[in-house]
Formats: sequence, C-alpha cells, structure tokens
Amino acid sequence: MAEERGQGVLVIGAGIAGLTAAIEAAEVGVPVFIVEKEPYLGGRVVRFDQYFPKFCPPSCGMEINFRRIKANPLIRYFTMAEVVEVKGMEGDFQVKVRINPRYVNERCTACGKCGEVCQTEIPDPFNYGMKNIKAAYLPHEMAFPMRYVLAPEIIGTQEALRCREACPYGAIELEMAPVTVDLRVASIVVATGWEPYDATRMENLAFGKAPNVITNVMMERLHAANGPTQGKVLRPSDGKPPHTVVFCQCAGQRDENHLRFCSRVCCSATLKQVQYVRKQYPDSQVYVYYIDLRALGRNEDLLSAVQADPNVHLIKGKVARITEDPVRHDPIVEAEITASGKISRTMADLVVLATGMMPTTAQERPSGIQLNCDEDGFVLDAAGVYGAGCAKKPMEVSATVQDATSAALKAIQSAVRR
Amino acid sequence: MDRKIGAYLCTGCAIGDGLDMEQLAKVAKGDCKAVLCRTSEMLCGPEALALIKQDMASEGINALLIAACSPRAKTEAFCFDPREVLVERVNLREQVVWSHRQPGTEAQKVDEDVQMMAEDQLRMGAARLQNMELLVPYSEEINKRILVLGGGVTGMTAALEAAKAGYEAVLVEREAGLGGFAARLFKQYPEAPPYRELEEPVWERLAESLKRESRVSIHCSSSIERIEGAPGMFQAFIRKGEEVIQEKVGSIVLATGFEPYDPNRLGHLGYGKSPNVITTVEMEDLARAGNLSRPSDGGKLQSVAFVLCAGSRDQEHLPYCSTVCCMTALKQAMYVREGNPDSKVFVFYKDLRSPGQYENFYRRVQEEEGVFLSKAQIVKVEPQEDGSVLVEVEDQLMGERVQVKVDLLVLATGMVPRTSLGEEAKEEPKEEAPDKKQDIASQLLIPTRIIRSNTLNLAYRQGPELPELKYGFPDSHFICFPYETRRTGIYAAGPVRAPMDVAFSQEDARGAVLKAIQCVELTAQGKAVHPRAGDMSYPELFMQRCTQCKRCTEECPFGMYNEDEKGNPLPNPTRCRRCSVCMGSCPERIISFKDYSVGMIGSMIKAIEVPDETEEKPRILVLACENDAYPALDMVGIRGGSYNPFVRIIPLRCLGSLNLIWIADALSKGIDGVLLLGCKHGEDYQCHMAKGSELANYRLAKVSETLDRLALESSRIRVEQIEISDYHRIPSIMEEFLETIQEVGPNPYKGF
Repeated sequence: MAEERGQGVLVIGAGIAGLTAAIEAAEVGVPVFIVEKEPYLGGRVVRFDQYFPKFCPPSCGMEINFRRIKANPLIRYFTMAEVVEVKGMEGDFQVKVRINPRYVNERCTACGKCGEVCQTEIPDPFNYGMKNIKAAYLPHEMAFPMRYVLAPEIIGTQEALRCREACPYGAIELEMAPVTVDLRVASIVVATGWEPYDATRMENLAFGKAPNVITNVMMERLHAANGPTQGKVLRPSDGKPPHTVVFCQCAGQRDENHLRFCSRVCCSATLKQVQYVRKQYPDSQVYVYYIDLRALGRNEDLLSAVQADPNVHLIKGKVARITEDPVRHDPIVEAEITASGKISRTMADLVVLATGMMPTTAQERPSGIQLNCDEDGFVLDAAGVYGAGCAKKPMEVSATVQDATSAALKAIQSAVRR
Repeated sequence: MDRKIGAYLCTGCAIGDGLDMEQLAKVAKGDCKAVLCRTSEMLCGPEALALIKQDMASEGINALLIAACSPRAKTEAFCFDPREVLVERVNLREQVVWSHRQPGTEAQKVDEDVQMMAEDQLRMGAARLQNMELLVPYSEEINKRILVLGGGVTGMTAALEAAKAGYEAVLVEREAGLGGFAARLFKQYPEAPPYRELEEPVWERLAESLKRESRVSIHCSSSIERIEGAPGMFQAFIRKGEEVIQEKVGSIVLATGFEPYDPNRLGHLGYGKSPNVITTVEMEDLARAGNLSRPSDGGKLQSVAFVLCAGSRDQEHLPYCSTVCCMTALKQAMYVREGNPDSKVFVFYKDLRSPGQYENFYRRVQEEEGVFLSKAQIVKVEPQEDGSVLVEVEDQLMGERVQVKVDLLVLATGMVPRTSLGEEAKEEPKEEAPDKKQDIASQLLIPTRIIRSNTLNLAYRQGPELPELKYGFPDSHFICFPYETRRTGIYAAGPVRAPMDVAFSQEDARGAVLKAIQCVELTAQGKAVHPRAGDMSYPELFMQRCTQCKRCTEECPFGMYNEDEKGNPLPNPTRCRRCSVCMGSCPERIISFKDYSVGMIGSMIKAIEVPDETEEKPRILVLACENDAYPALDMVGIRGGSYNPFVRIIPLRCLGSLNLIWIADALSKGIDGVLLLGCKHGEDYQCHMAKGSELANYRLAKVSETLDRLALESSRIRVEQIEISDYHRIPSIMEEFLETIQEVGPNPYKGF
C-alpha cells in the first residue's frame, strides 16, 4: 500500500469528525487511511443515546457512514492503531502506523462463542465502567467492524486458551504482536476529538466520592437502551429512580483553574438530558444551575420547550459545593443564587455535572508528529496538517460534520498543490 | 440475460445447527433453480470465496444466491461488481437462526417453523435474483464547474477554495462589488488564539485573491434569471443589466447570506423614536466611517448601552438565536472604549453567548474598565429631550430596577436568511374532484414550503427554490449530514443555511464546495450522491403506460421530475437520489430500477409459501426500511432476542417506495398480515429520504379501498415508526401484531 509518493489522506481518529473527513474525501475519489486507537469506529458519539435537537439515535447516521465505508474500496481503516512517526512535508508525508494486537483476526464472524466460554470480566470502557463485560467481547452491540477483541488482561492465561479453543473459525491468534505499517500520504487530518474533563479535579463537586453525582456523558449511557440500566435513568448507588435531579452547568468550563473556554455544546446537551428525565419521570423536579444558557441557533427551541415545563427550574447561579447524606447517598447541592446573592441548598437524588470537552491533544498527541496547538491544546492548521472537529474547537455534531467536510477539502487541496 | 444461479449456503455461526441444510439445498436446486448449490462452514472465509470465484469462471455462474449472515456483515467479502454479476444475500443468521433460538436447549433441534422461514427467505432471494438485471450506469457528458451564488465571505471563500482544488467556478453577486455583508464591518472579533484583540475584516483579502484567480469568473451586478437542468448539466441564465449570460455548470453552492432583522419592528426598544437608537449594523457603518459619535448632534459618546437579543429569541420576532450578536456587541463595546477611554458601556443581555474559545474575548471585555455587563430585562426605552436615551431595566444580577441615561442605544439584531424573503410558492390546485378519502390522506402530509426568494429560480416542476425547513432556513435537518438539501447538487452554505459568523461561514463554504465537487465527480461516473452514494441504478420509465397522474412528479422528495405540458414526467436522472419513492407512487407501476422494481418485490411476496389455514401457521409480511428497521431486526438476533417465525422480511430502499400493489399481492395470496417498519416522520423526521416514510403513511390511508374490495379487515395492515436503536421494541411489536392477526383469524384467501 505504500505508494511512490503519497496521493492519499491520513485521517487520525474515527469519531464523527474523522469518519466524515475520510468518507467525504474518498467519495471525491481520493484514497484515505483511517487510524483509530479504539477497536471500533465511531468514537465518542456512538456512546451518546440521542442527538440534540432531534432526539434521534447516532447509530442511524453511523449506519449510513459504515455502509459508505464498506462500499468504498478507497477507504482503508486500522483499528487499535496509532501513528508513531511522521516524516516529510505537505504533498508527501511518510507515516508509520502501529497496529496493536486485538488477538482476533478478520476470520472472526462475531458468532460469540469466545464470549460464551470466557469467565473473566473487565470494566466496560464503552459504558464508562458502569458495568462489567467479558474479557472476550464485542466493544458494543453495533460495533463496526463487527469483530471481537480479547482484553490484554487474559493473554497468557488459561482463559485465553479456552477462548481460542471455542472459536470454530480460527480467528483467535494469541501470538499476535504489534505490526507497523508504512503509509505515504499527501496530507493529514487530525480528528482526535475530545475527552470529558476529569470531574474528580473539582473536589468541591464530589464526583468519584458521591456515587449519585455523575457526568453528562454517563447520563447518555444511563439513558441508552443498550446501556448499563437498559435505558432507565437510575441512581448508581441503589438503582432507584430519581425524583429530584440537579444539573450543574459549566462543571469546569469558563473557569481559569480548569477549562478556560466554553464547550459550546453542554447547555444544549443538558436541555436534552433534562427532557430525558422529564419524559421518564413525569413527577420529577429538575434544577439547572447555570452561568449563561447557551442554546445556539435553532437549539433555542430546546430551551423554549424546557422553559415551558413547570417542573424544570432554571436558576442563574454557581454550584459551590456538593456533599452527600452518608446513609442515603442523596447529594446535597449548595449553590450561590446570582439574583439574591443567597446560598441555596437542594437535596437531590441525582446530580449531573455538565463537564466540558477537553481536546485529546491537550493530554496526548500522536507521537512523531509536529502539531501546532494553541494554549488550550486545540489543533491549529498547518501546511498539509489540518484539524477537524473537536480537536480544533469545541463544537456540536452538526458543526463537526461541517468542519470535517471542510478539512476533507483542505486535505484534497494539499494533494493537488504538490 | 441468461441467468445461471449458484446457491451458496453457509452453515457457520450456528446456522447449520438450527436448520436442516440438506433440505435447504433441495429448495435451492428445486424452487430456486440454482444450477449448483454448495454449503460451507465458513462461506466468508478465503477458501469458500475462492470457490465462488472459480464457479463464476469455470461454471459460468453469473447470479449468486448467498444464504449466510446479514448483508450488513461481511459486506466486503461478498462484494462483487453489480455491472458484472447479480448478487442476493439471504439473511439466515441474524434474522432466521439467531432471532429464533430455542431458549434453554443445548442441542438445538430444527424447528419446523424456523426451517420454513429459512426456505421462504431463500425462495424470496431467488425471486429477487430472477428479476434483477446487471447495472448500467447513467452516462452523460458532465460539466464540472461550480456555480457560487453570493459574493460575500461565504461565496468568495467557496469560489476560491474550489479553484484551489483544481475546479473552475462561476461567482454571481447581485451588488456591484464583492464583500457582501462583511464589507460593512469595521473590525471583526477575534477568530484565532489568543482571541483577545479585534481583527481586520477578511473580505478585502479574499476579494483580492479572488480577482487574481484565473479559474474563477465573476459576475457582479448580476442575478440568476433561471437555472435549468440537473447536476452535471445545469444551465444558468445570469442577468447582468440588459444582457443575459449563459453558463454551464455541474453543481451549485448557495451562499446568498442574510438580511439583518428589520429594526422598524423594534419600536418597543425605541427604534425609530430617536436618531440615537441604532442597530449593531448601523453601528458598524458609523465606526467604518470613522464617525463614532452621537447621530443626533455628532456629540462625543460618553455612555452607550447595548440591548442584546433585540428581536431574537422572541416568539414575536425571531424565535431562534443568531449566535453572533453577543460577540458583535462585545466587539462594538470595544469600539466605544477605544474611541473614548472615559466612556461607559452598558451591555444588557438575556444570556451572554460567547461560545467556545470566544469566551477569551468575553473575558477580555470583562477586564475592560467602564464596561458593565448585566443580565437584564428591558422595561422601557424613552428618548429624552436632551437627545439622550433613558433605558430602564430589571437587573437580574442585582435583583432591582435600574435606569441609565445614555448617548446612544444600540440594538443587537439577528439574522434573517435571504431565502426566507418572498412570497410562498403555492401548489396549483388539484384537478381531480375533492373526495373525502383524498382529503384525509392529504392531511397526513406536511406541505413542503417553498418561498419565492428570487435566488435560484430553478426551472423545476416542484418550485423555484430550495424547500424551507424551519424559520426560512433551507437547512437539511440531518445532524449527521448537514449539507443535504432536498435539491441534488445544490448545497447551501453560510448564514443562509443557519445563523453563523465569519469564521464558521468560511469553514462551511469549504464543506459545501467539497460536496459540490463530490457531486460532479460521482455524477460523472453515473453514481448517486448521498445517502445512497455510489449507487449506479436509476429509475427507468415505461412511458407507454403512463396516465399522466403526476404522482411521481409531485411526490419525489428531491424534485427529480419535470413535466411536459401534457403532464408526462420528464426524469432528470442526475437529480435522482435513488430512494424509489416514485416507484411506490406510481399506480401503473411503470417506474423500475434494474435491481429494484415493483415486480421484483411482488415476485418475492409470491415466492412465500402460504400453508393451508388448517395448519394454523399464519404468515406475516414485514416490509422494513433498509437503513434503520432492517439493522434493528438484525440487532434482535445479535442480542439473542426473538420473535415469532411466521414473519417473512423484505428490506425496502425506503418505506416510501412502498407500492400498494404489494399489499394486494400479499393479501390475495393468503398472507394474514402486513407489518411496515419505517422511520419517524413529522417535524423531527428521521427518514433520510426526507418524505419517504411520511408518504408511505399517506398511501396507506388509501389502502382501505383495497381491503374493502377484498372484504378484509383493516387491522391486517400495521405501520410502525421505528428507529434503528429501537431493537428492544421489535419482539413486542411482532408479538402484538401476531396476536391481532390471530384474533382476526386466517386470511380467507389462503389456497386461492
């Protein structure tokens, strides 16, 4: 696959940004290589239950995107892979990609026999550890590629041998070692996305200590029919339905000590999640503490819908401290109400922290690649290397798709220019 | 063509455990007329695939009946060129064996009903193969130039970026000069780190580069008189004064921008009552003219107040947020402060929206002495005799009423898409006499609104402009696919599509250009664009039987058909998205694709064996949307769920391709019920063909005629809206429908 000179595009990251950039470029007729660190394509969005403002499932658009990939021989993708070296310049980059062992080869039919015999369980990364899964697993029900993974934890154990024995298709290869692939491309799209900001870093908000204080990304899994609670929003401590739910906006965002910027999406995401709660529990009471409610563009309709609900209380104020009742694990939210200057105290059943988007590149950058980043770690465009989606700026899904389509054009221009 | 069917049956993934494969092979060679039939424990393995290729080479097999897993699985393994070989995949794994496992039995024995299901699905697959033809892509001479409408920042970026990718562009601007709204700006708010200082407007640089770009031809003081044709072969008639210039182009970027909201409707905020109440647009004009002073007397600006959301986020005016006004006001606050360091600036907001990294600029303004920002509700605005303006607000930070007297009050007004300005294009009244059933059915359809904004002036049967989505924006409504409009080859970008600022508009322009380029490249190969990108089939019409009923020309969600004066449909295949809605709409069944037709689905239905009513084995036909319902059905099997084995499943390109004859075919054959699974329709529709599932619902409202004629109960037909993630609902939907069917009793047409 290494060509004389690169004509194609390397896309790092296969979330909605990377997939879009890759597919859009390939449908123009350009060869594309996708490098994804997870064992599946789809990134962060496949862990969302519904998109705002339509309350529609991300898997619907993903199905189309995966079909486009399957139908297009110009797209090659590598999962469990990372870029380890980049040399050259715009028009001709030489790239080394390391593919880490999955211990399952392409003969896998996802028949599930290995999972049936495997007894070891590991925390499910797809569900943010909110449940356990077998160590021989399909990353999630609708995973693409639909191929199992063996967790490295069981390699070298009897368990792994049992899994291999159970496979009727010779798909389990315990000797699998990392493989390095050389690529030559004209340009690179960096679509490494975002990580939820680590909520344990805000000690006053009790995340990680009080079980009924969760983050907005966990809320998505709780509401998902294929999540740990089969789609019922339940308290992690006791599995009971919540009555009073508090959303805490800007949990780290717009804060010099954490994320200086606004993540742009969290207000709309909360307005969506408020409706998750209200639709499941008609008697529930919901409180939202915010600095500003930023429902941009047509998402204002989401805000109007929530404002019309008498059981939702939108309060300008800052959550100062969350503690919990040590016996019942009910979170107690203390907030400074802007209008009165007073401190309010709310006994809640569940607290959702609207944590922000931290660019993945703020913590780890693809090694061997000279990336231009701003102070917050967001990728800046350079000759032949283009950011796409949340690697570049915080943005919602539709803006990400728009931005990634733009990145696809820039990547193609690099190939034309050389 | 002379078909030689090879049947390939996979026994792997528990298929062989749950089915009698020998019996299945007999059906393949018998009813399915396969000249050879092979079974394999791993049909997707390289060994079996090599054997299939060998059979094609040595045995002349040219039609593959592959009975294994879902076509969604192992797609690459069973991928053959549809121009050279016919392929049909029968889903034995997910939809037959896995979704009908006997719980608790270790040694699975073959269930008679599951076996019958597998045999029927195989027969149905063979019927499909028998009715399929090799694809021949539509070929025409394709023009790859890109027409850009609008010479503002979005349009200029689009034309320039198209040229940088090696494509010629034609830019049409109605004003004498380039720049659009951006040409009115004094400064721009920062778009790059550290997001703290005001920047020079980008439009001048863009205009300069554009003039040097030989691949772009620019027509200023021009407008579009008419656009005829279709992707790859549009003819644009451009009026420039007395002259009409004709340009051939392949695809179009619509970048006609916005108008500021009409401030004359903001009398309650003091507009029109004093020269010292102006809009943010007028504020730019003052600043650009170097004349930042009080309009009434040229006095120095000692105090200025900004009212945000002036006519925005307001059901009486613009219900949406324009996303840029907060930042614009913050920028203008800096104009005032830079013009007069002693000035005071008050900013009254509902919510201060400085999204993303713009927060840095907000912080910069907060640091500025003399700027006071407050969440406040405006109580009244009163111009004073001394020329100042009194503003009284309910301050929600202080919890009290506050009055300020300012030299200038600036209203931050929102964006109105240019496409929303004009009269609504009305459908000509239907000729047929109004009948009651027709009326009820029509109510099920959400009318498509097209506003005569004098922008594109398409010579299309369905109207001259892009259909509006909401609030006048011609947006796609698809979160995952924001560039999809309902007119193929025409991509909206910039604030005409959704409210956005300069930086976002430039990225949006690049994205739209990429889609425009993709459209001409795919069209040149005879392939469809999104969402069936790459599909080489297209509709062919058997015109001798056309009755000029106009259903196809009216119902196509993408405006593919024009019409001649007699009412005959005139197809424009490069506009076609291959949804097959027209095929479903046609009562004469004259519209077919080489690999998808009314007759084909009909023959699949006829291939179902219907047992005698004494056997008490009901039969239910399930017609399922291929993109959402069909994967959801797969998921039931993948999750180990189950439903009754009396169903027979046929995937449809879109539920909108449903032709009512299929219902008649099924019922007159003795099938007891028909279950239709399609996408959500209505305001938040999820149908990727925009109107498909809605149209299917509309057609079904008329199915009672068929039922009445056959003297059958209407409960035999059910339509369910289902999302791809709704797979947990499927077993209960199936069971409830089966119960209903059992209550109604067997279809009396069995055995006829």
